[in-house]
Amino acid sequence: MSRLKIYSQSQAQTVVEELYRDTERRIVACPPGLCPVDLAASFLRLCHAQTCGKCVPCRVGLGQLSTLLEDIINGRGSEETVKLIEQTARVIKNTADCAIGVEAANMVLKGVIGFRDDYMEHVKHHRCLGSLNQPVPCVSLCPAGVDIPGYIALIHAGRYADAVKLIRKDNPFPTSCSLVCERPCEARCRRNMIDSSVNIRDLKRFACDNAGEVPVPETADPTGKKIAVIGGGPGGLSAAYYLSLMGHSVTVFEKRAKLGGMLRYGIPSYRLPRELLDKDINAILSTGNIEVKTGVNIGSADDSISELQKNYDAIYIAIGAHIDKKLGLPGEDSRGVISAVEMLRSIGEGNMPDFSGKNVCIVGGGNVAMDCTRSVRRLGADKVTCVYRRRPQDMTALPEEIKAATAEGCEIATMRAPTRVETDADGNVVGLWVQPQITGPFDSTGRPIPEMADREEILIPCDFIIVAIGQGIESKPFEDAGIPIQRGSISTMGGGDIENHEGIFAGGDCVSGPATVIQAIGAGKVAAANIDEYLGFNHTIEIDVDIPPAMLKDFHGYGRVHLEEREAADRKKDFDLVECGMTYEEAMQESGRCLRCDHFGYGVFKGGRNKEW
Amino acid sequence: MVKLTIDGTPIEVENGTTIMKAAASIGTPIPHLCYMKGLNEIAACRVCAVEVEGIDRLVPACDNVVKDGMVIKTNSPKVRESRRVNVELILSQHNGECTSCVRSGNCPLQTLANDLNIIDDNPYRKDIPLNHWNMAAPLIKDNTKCIKCMRCVQVCDKIQGMNIWDISGTGGHTSVDVSYNREIMGSDCSFCGQCITHCPTGALRERDDTKKVYEALADHSKVVIAQVAPAVRAAWCEDFGIPRDDKSEGLMVAALKRIGFDYVFDTNFGADMTIMEEANEFLHQLSDPEHHKFPMFTSCCPAWVRFLKSQFPELTGQLSTTKSPHQMFGATIKSYFAELMGINPKDIFVVSIMPCLAKKAEAALPNQNDACGEPDVDVSLTTREMNRMIRTDHIIPKILKPDVFDKPLGIASGAGQIFGVTGGVMEAALRTAYFKVTGKNPEPDAFREVRGQKGWKEATFEMNGKKLNIAVVSGLTNARNLIQDLVKGKVNYDFVEVMACPGGCSGGGGLPIHDDYNLTEEHGEMLYGLDLKNAIRYSHENPGVLKLYEDYFGEPLSEKAEKLLHTDHFGWDMP
Repeated sequence: MSRLKIYSQSQAQTVVEELYRDTERRIVACPPGLCPVDLAASFLRLCHAQTCGKCVPCRVGLGQLSTLLEDIINGRGSEETVKLIEQTARVIKNTADCAIGVEAANMVLKGVIGFRDDYMEHVKHHRCLGSLNQPVPCVSLCPAGVDIPGYIALIHAGRYADAVKLIRKDNPFPTSCSLVCERPCEARCRRNMIDSSVNIRDLKRFACDNAGEVPVPETADPTGKKIAVIGGGPGGLSAAYYLSLMGHSVTVFEKRAKLGGMLRYGIPSYRLPRELLDKDINAILSTGNIEVKTGVNIGSADDSISELQKNYDAIYIAIGAHIDKKLGLPGEDSRGVISAVEMLRSIGEGNMPDFSGKNVCIVGGGNVAMDCTRSVRRLGADKVTCVYRRRPQDMTALPEEIKAATAEGCEIATMRAPTRVETDADGNVVGLWVQPQITGPFDSTGRPIPEMADREEILIPCDFIIVAIGQGIESKPFEDAGIPIQRGSISTMGGGDIENHEGIFAGGDCVSGPATVIQAIGAGKVAAANIDEYLGFNHTIEIDVDIPPAMLKDFHGYGRVHLEEREAADRKKDFDLVECGMTYEEAMQESGRCLRCDHFGYGVFKGGRNKEW
Repeated sequence: MVKLTIDGTPIEVENGTTIMKAAASIGTPIPHLCYMKGLNEIAACRVCAVEVEGIDRLVPACDNVVKDGMVIKTNSPKVRESRRVNVELILSQHNGECTSCVRSGNCPLQTLANDLNIIDDNPYRKDIPLNHWNMAAPLIKDNTKCIKCMRCVQVCDKIQGMNIWDISGTGGHTSVDVSYNREIMGSDCSFCGQCITHCPTGALRERDDTKKVYEALADHSKVVIAQVAPAVRAAWCEDFGIPRDDKSEGLMVAALKRIGFDYVFDTNFGADMTIMEEANEFLHQLSDPEHHKFPMFTSCCPAWVRFLKSQFPELTGQLSTTKSPHQMFGATIKSYFAELMGINPKDIFVVSIMPCLAKKAEAALPNQNDACGEPDVDVSLTTREMNRMIRTDHIIPKILKPDVFDKPLGIASGAGQIFGVTGGVMEAALRTAYFKVTGKNPEPDAFREVRGQKGWKEATFEMNGKKLNIAVVSGLTNARNLIQDLVKGKVNYDFVEVMACPGGCSGGGGLPIHDDYNLTEEHGEMLYGLDLKNAIRYSHENPGVLKLYEDYFGEPLSEKAEKLLHTDHFGWDMP
């Protein structure tokens, strides 16, 4: 008899471990719209299986809670049942011995408060508020509603130009999005149930890279209507594109010298080469009904909104979020402190700052901070340090951006809260003082709040500080024109229309606050439809591309194809594109992984796609 | 062409053929439940799943097309196992009390379960969902019988464009219910009943009103009168294995008399009256275009009236004010006929037997009580309910002696007969309008251009030098399309006939149900045949109708006629 034993996993346990991973992936693949009460009941069942069985509230109580929730879902519950659920969960929370019971009860309590309407609908009307509005998960999560299974099938069939045409039905920036979209579509891909989501964005790039010149559709007969679009970024140009296809005359007013907005003046070219951005913009302009006026600042004294109202039948405001936020630290106005927006804009205009031999600190943890960090690296800096007050996993930047920055030799200094700027006698930056932090208690959203650690301040010597802690909206001129502004953003109704301002619409970053390209494109599409409707038309945007039928096949796990990147040592010297596209072999394998939710499952019932809008 | 093998038989079919269709072409029916050709090919029940060589999982035959070289097995051990288990699973959530189900004997699920020899060893525990439904509604949904095949959702969306049905709930609690969390009586349902005739089980049916009829029949103080719509005689016999021929109408009358109705009248008489009123109303409007908006819409289909009032309320004023034939007939029975026979109209109980569900709702409208203050039609039965009454009394119709409708309200013209088919009302109205305008009868078939099953038909006729643009639509999606084009000014008509059910009453939502085939066209053909054989082809030549006007109403659109034969469509509200 040995006194101690080495733990070895039983076969059952090995399989259970695998099932845990399957379950995790399965939860990832939950489509939006499921009944929250039903989901809460399902999670509760798992919690109950975890109970060790020692204590009454957890062993018995969680089971009874399950039964009560089932009663609600099955239409057998009453308001009394809801009260009993609350009471039982409260007692379990207060009396369970360990986290297994306490947190399970907390989940139920959270739901009873958080989705009480759903509970009451079940109780009062024996039905549910949940519904799957868009049957295809990826399409439902794309803000522009792009027909993803459709274009993946076209790629698989080698019909790249048709794929681009199909994407343009809902998104006129296929090339740009194929490089910089944050791919919300991939989040709940059903493929997660088998292995992992399809690499949708990079397949799109394969299509764009191989499609050649793809002509835009014919425009509808001229309507004689004139529409002003303020802002030549992705949102404004998307609206302009569809309005032009509908036969309206569009004038785009752009403050800067060139079109593209944040795609040009925010995103560095190593992520989105300018000639590829221009490819999208040229296609949009090739529809023919778009006049572009660059260097025009609407809202300035000469070009007021009321002037536009006189001359145009409708206005779309898509000015984006282009003003920088300040740190509010002592010494922030010293020579050498630069705003992120300012620096990226200058790069976009082709004026490359020179950081040769310098030490540069970037403050912030988002994608813009990463864009600055990686750009500064390319501009010759000796040492580049991204300073952030929370942990690496709390950064809002995409993990691959952080990884790429690190590979390019940038430092990510986390748990460092900037406190003041150190300057020399001439007022030049010589360093950034930071206060080490300790990760603290969770805030209401479940993110830990950084708190001052019991440690000394640290000086990070540097010659430049770039502040990348968010952008704001230049809303003042619009506010002066009577446009409603809420917390700095333009306030609109569901369709982009503005209350009490007939014919004025707004969308994109200036409404939502700084967000993603595809959200701005989606808002532009919505605005185009509603402006058309407002002007008394009912044009439809459609495309005559037949989608290859779904193939019958069994489910086998396959790895997800990842793009290769140029070697860090090489790429950090220039602004050329970092990511290498898929090979044909990779694209065929990856497109073959799509489960065609447009045909299988709910898609075949509710129609796998919107052929027009 | 694609070459493949099904159960060892090599065949060649056209590219794009589904496995189901390919198999059927060689006499190999693949069992199915949710599938309905062209309407519901969603592979939900998985009963039609077959084995395709080279693919590990089974493949549904209804929504997948054949490929060259496919080797398909429709009865392999894997297929047998899967088919049986899936049907057992469906049954585990199905209230299988077939003894008390209207669809017993005409239920694909029952047939399939029997075919698969599922007797008493279903291993799955019964887990039947609850039912919450307003049982006073004309349309009854029994959630305990619903197998979520989605056909009702599809027919309502695709054919009728109403989206009354939709998925409700998510996950395992997914069900079919009235869309947008509405209650049926609070919805804009037209009560066309197409969902019922497309339902494979007893989950959808009409409210059964036969009990009320039996109560009236048992009450000696009541004179119980049946009136039967045209399409009923063309379809009722299908439930009894009786051919659709010369005798079927007479056998139906005989069966109804055997049940004990005091009088059996022909709603076609009411149809002839409708024509007298509607044709005159139309001509009156044509003569005074300044004060009327065109087109005038027919009003004999109550599902269409509900549709128009809810979807395009601003056009309600363009509906003919003429009542639908059974309401007009009910009002006439409780006025003219009551007077003629010296019966207190409150002692008369009028039962209309219809191919229709919406007439149940129409009969209950607050302003359909013009004769004596009580409903002009007391109960409206579907053809299926009439057939259930015949079966309840164990009447064997085919051995009865054919009988004839009672006089004086039993004479009908051929024009009244064709009310039961799309285009029929228009044709009948034009025959009479032409006579009224020109003073002479047209050829009886002069307006046959409006016949046929096309959903939207147009024609132009000349009447005394004036060109008339008319249109005939059936199916509510077609109706919606027509109205949208009208509103946009893309089309222009003087007179439009609309029937909510595809094919008109011959495809009515109250007719006998056949799961795998559709007899709408055959029903229509029979009615055209009856019209052709009828000695009277014009409503204005129906001697009973002429006498009625002479004795009672005076002339069409008279004050009395307006009171009893016309209605105010604004007198009630849609939800």
